[in-house]
Amino acid sequence: MSITINGKAVDPPEDPRVSLLDLLRDHLALPGAKMGCNQGACGACTVLVDGERVLSCLTLAAQMEGRSVTTIEGIGSPDVLAPLQQAFVEHDGFQCGYCTPGQICSALAMVEELRRGVPSHVTGDVSSEAIAFSSEELRERMSGNLCRCGAYNGIIDAITATCRETAE
Amino acid sequence: MSIFDDAKQAAQGLVQAGMAKAVALAPDSWVPGGKPDPLIRQRHGAIGKPVSRLDGALKVSGKATFAAEFPVEAMTYAAMVYSTIAKGRITQITVSEAETAPGVVVVMTHRNAPRLNPPPAFLSESKAAAGDSLPVMQDERIYWNGQPVAVVLAETQEQADHAASLIRVGYEAEEAQTTFEAAREQGTQQSRFMGQPLHDEVGDAQDAFAKAPHKIDATYTTPRHNHNPIELHGVTLYWRGDGSLRVHDAQQVVAHTAYTLARTFGIDEKQVVVTSPYVGGGFGSKTLWQHQILAAAAARLAKRPVRMVLSREGVYRVVGGRSPTEQRVQLAATDEGRLTAILHRGLTVRTAHNVIAEPFILATRSLYGAETFLLDVHHVDFDMLGNTFMRAPGEAVGTFALESAMDELAHELGIDPIELRIRNEPEKDPISGLPYSSRNVVEAWRSGAERFGWERRNPVPGTVRDGGWLVGMGCATATYPYHRMPGGAARITLSADGRATLDLAAHEMGMGTSTAQTQVAADRLGLPMEAITFNYGDSTLPGLIMAGGSQQTASIGASVIAAYNKLVGELLKLAGNDSPLAGLKTEEVGSRDGGLCALDEPDRFETYASILARAQRDTISVEAEPPMPLETMHWSMHSYGAMFAEVRVNAVTGEPRVSRFLGSFDCGRILNSKTAASQFRGGIIMGLGLALMEETQFDERKGRVLNPSLSEYHVPVHMDVPEIEVMWTDIPDPHAPMGARGIGEIGITGTGAAIANAVYNATGRRVRDLPITLDKLL
Amino acid sequence: MTPFKYTRASDAADAVRKGAATGVKFLGGGTNLVDLMRETIERPGELVDVSGLSTEIVETDEGGLRIGAGVRNTALAEHRRVRTAYPMLTRAMVSGASAQIRNMATVGGNLLQRTRCSYFYDEDGSRCNKRVPGEGCDAIEGFHRGHAILGASDACIAVHPSDMCVALAALDAVVHIEGAKGARTVPLVDFHCLPGDRPDIETVLEPGDLITAVELPPMPFAAASTYRKVRDRASYAFALVSVAAAIEIEDGQVRDVRIALGGVAHKPWRATRAEAALRGAPAGETAFAGAAATELAGARPLADNAFKVRLAERTIVSVLCELAGVTA
Repeated sequence: MSITINGKAVDPPEDPRVSLLDLLRDHLALPGAKMGCNQGACGACTVLVDGERVLSCLTLAAQMEGRSVTTIEGIGSPDVLAPLQQAFVEHDGFQCGYCTPGQICSALAMVEELRRGVPSHVTGDVSSEAIAFSSEELRERMSGNLCRCGAYNGIIDAITATCRETAE
Repeated sequence: MSIFDDAKQAAQGLVQAGMAKAVALAPDSWVPGGKPDPLIRQRHGAIGKPVSRLDGALKVSGKATFAAEFPVEAMTYAAMVYSTIAKGRITQITVSEAETAPGVVVVMTHRNAPRLNPPPAFLSESKAAAGDSLPVMQDERIYWNGQPVAVVLAETQEQADHAASLIRVGYEAEEAQTTFEAAREQGTQQSRFMGQPLHDEVGDAQDAFAKAPHKIDATYTTPRHNHNPIELHGVTLYWRGDGSLRVHDAQQVVAHTAYTLARTFGIDEKQVVVTSPYVGGGFGSKTLWQHQILAAAAARLAKRPVRMVLSREGVYRVVGGRSPTEQRVQLAATDEGRLTAILHRGLTVRTAHNVIAEPFILATRSLYGAETFLLDVHHVDFDMLGNTFMRAPGEAVGTFALESAMDELAHELGIDPIELRIRNEPEKDPISGLPYSSRNVVEAWRSGAERFGWERRNPVPGTVRDGGWLVGMGCATATYPYHRMPGGAARITLSADGRATLDLAAHEMGMGTSTAQTQVAADRLGLPMEAITFNYGDSTLPGLIMAGGSQQTASIGASVIAAYNKLVGELLKLAGNDSPLAGLKTEEVGSRDGGLCALDEPDRFETYASILARAQRDTISVEAEPPMPLETMHWSMHSYGAMFAEVRVNAVTGEPRVSRFLGSFDCGRILNSKTAASQFRGGIIMGLGLALMEETQFDERKGRVLNPSLSEYHVPVHMDVPEIEVMWTDIPDPHAPMGARGIGEIGITGTGAAIANAVYNATGRRVRDLPITLDKLL
Repeated sequence: MTPFKYTRASDAADAVRKGAATGVKFLGGGTNLVDLMRETIERPGELVDVSGLSTEIVETDEGGLRIGAGVRNTALAEHRRVRTAYPMLTRAMVSGASAQIRNMATVGGNLLQRTRCSYFYDEDGSRCNKRVPGEGCDAIEGFHRGHAILGASDACIAVHPSDMCVALAALDAVVHIEGAKGARTVPLVDFHCLPGDRPDIETVLEPGDLITAVELPPMPFAAASTYRKVRDRASYAFALVSVAAAIEIEDGQVRDVRIALGGVAHKPWRATRAEAALRGAPAGETAFAGAAATELAGARPLADNAFKVRLAERTIVSVLCELAGVTA
């Protein structure tokens, strides 16, 4: 069975040690997902698997057979940016740009989680069906994506500007 | 560092000191910056506008190519083995299993590594870039715990990593200097910064302190820090058939690195080409460390390209960080709160193989107008990885001590801490005696205090509560000097189609340099931004321009001014007598609307296209170097900020969290209000980390870093960071290019103290030992 | 990473069969195991992927929940019944790791998380009795601010890093296991071991044993339960101390109570002494503080983690006060 990556079928690697991140970066020339720690501590490698955000550094590519992977390259291109990508530029949601693809992939899935009503650590009443779209909820839910340049305010602004309506 | 080197440094220091006196006394007009940059007057151009990053679309779509992402045919992937002792020698190293592991191309150890010269250490000479001057895998000696002892190249990263795990190393350990107390007992040494001793005396501070009616005497400690840019240090490189070395690196000193690699490999500087178009954060760490040298050496053995990406642990083992400090601050004041003495002395840690001591007294030299001063930094040498500069070296941790002490003094005197600072505002630099080039910190204090709502602060600690949280406010002064390093240069190429290209070996690590400098060039050349191409990040371009010390903007600015002036001169020559510009001198001419005009008579104008057409030229290209940066010996030049923090400390658990933060800055003219705000916020967030969570755990028993990971070294996450407000005076510094002083580092200064002072206001607990973790507040 | 073979198990029986060979490890979400393999602390010769097995959450006849071992952390956290009947479990889940990791990590894998002790992770440069039994422990005289204050030994002071398990310990959860000798159940509080002189033995699992599910018995008063995690960073950090608690109060007296602590021991620490002290006691800060002190009386802290004793006591009292609706 193959892995679908940004809509294209790809054979899983022969060596089962290859992580999804290394498959993307070293084998498929898709370096948009970034390596910041290779140990699940920074979020730079975040990609979408069947629409859910996961860390590609801790995912063995072999586990992805039959799954559909979307990377930043599948979200938009420099000429045709997705609205959230455009908002990151407008709101200066990055400086060096290295954690950015992970932040964007993470945010896209995060908004879906919020819409679905998945509670978070800062949700007041976890039994409540609807979760309010607040800065605090966004910040908690994005906390798995580190940004050492400290573009956190701009990232939250970009997500808020783009995704508020979707979430509500 | 040998005795000879120390002597040489001391001699350089004397020469510098003598020259400084002469420059200080020279007329303004003889000094760079003596005549304000004409762009300062121009208020309607691109400068200052909130222009979005020009490389933004590439970065948000994953199309900006970082160092470890350049595709090369026949690539090999590298992995390293690191020593587990701090000092001694390798007695045996078994590589046979690794050599025969699948996919392995080369295993390199000291036994088969190419012979290399020791690299010159950063700041030991003008073009040096290496973390230290130790030989790189040349013999069996071990100098630090974590030193690379073997490199494996293989066809895939997985194969290289596995083969590296099969290498067995035996050591004979020797007694190593890795504990603060033992090192202190063996004696401390005077520290230097840029060749000058970190020691200042004005008057008799000890006597003034003894006689003062109010005094503070406290010791503050700060731990080791690591930069932790999210991009791992990585390099893709290969040797060409002609013996030249091509390096795709993550760099904040491309030209320095090319030079140092050339020296190490014994080849000509021009044979090394280092490029670095995108850098995933640097903060002082993206210079030359052993990994690039080892990658190039292994590539030479394998005769194949190499990609070496350090693991996160590898970054901690090979790339140095900020050293710990122990600082004693003594302040003495009159009843009215006038400072009569500032004593700021202490100790930090270095290695014998680099020249970098954390210069934590730098800010204290010029912040307050005390009558007497005694400032000093001493260090002890450890057997450890070479430490290095990290964002605002000196100031980041020095202001934590000084500005905490100022807060303690304010409480002792019963004076508002802002008022205490304003009362000690100096007329001129209290140590050097130089006039300030531009100092508006009082305005920053007043406007910041109003915006933050400082008047709502209850000065009695531990009295404000909101539910389960104790709430407090604190403030501190931020400051960072204006620097401009020698060695800048720029090339401007103007073409008949009305486009200009600027070439400089400068860097973009996310500061917004390429965008802001395009704005500046547009205004300077009178062209729209779209007509400017700003080339950078390439060691073959002109200039020796470090992205460090918050000086890159000034260095680029001065270089471009020099090239621009030369360009105008050349254009005037080309324009000849038939031009409306005929008879004008270079200094009488400026740019507007795609051409030159007389500054006093803007209607005397001719377009670049017209000048070039008449001279039958398609392009004109000039290159120039700016004058030596003597302005800093003539004026005391610094950026300032007033930092305000609101902190909440959980009444049950002691968890400290920052709930509000405001930085009010006086950094000269702001070139791009959008990217500048991000720079300020980014520095403040790193300062928040410094205050509350960051610490590299150095196990003194073995001299080994024990938390080499982003899960155990805590940097702030989204949830730690509130909305951070920033504002600025935007008053141009008349003596700085564009009127702008650096902004990249000031955000981390003062922040630690502002938060610590807010914690005190919230809880009544004075924490003098960073980071302020909950166990210190329980 | 050491080379290994990757296979998928078709069902639990297949997994148990494959798992019987030496050097085999079961792979769930991989969030901990893949990291440890990359560090070469774990070197399985074969990975049997069990992440697709038992991914359902079903109500039991008794009115409890049976949670498949392959259920992802996020799915458990957002499950309606969990949120309403066992909110402490949802709160524990969402305070662990990051959203990405919760999307990957499985319930079974979470039970088998290994410690984050820096010396355990420093395979090349430090001694650790967990990695090499008998080698020695560099943590005891090293950095141990985050280490155990309860139930530790001279051989090991590591703590279990899971948040989920703390809530499960408080909720009387039962672990369902299938092995070569058939199926069996183990109460969660007995599933993990204290270090003793064999800290390398972390659970009661036998080689080849597969966790198939975790079962929660009905506990009506857990509908008002909670989980409080204390940590150095506001998010995405391991617990210094955490408290899972549920309390049932009748006429001002404690009728029943469950308390478990995280971040303090080699296993999720069920505070049975505190519970015993509280049953029948008046619901108030005095009794809560007394019970917390009783539990922590057995603490044996070291120089740099002594603060955890006070922190645990204070957090227990605060959580119980919150649940009981009394002010601390």
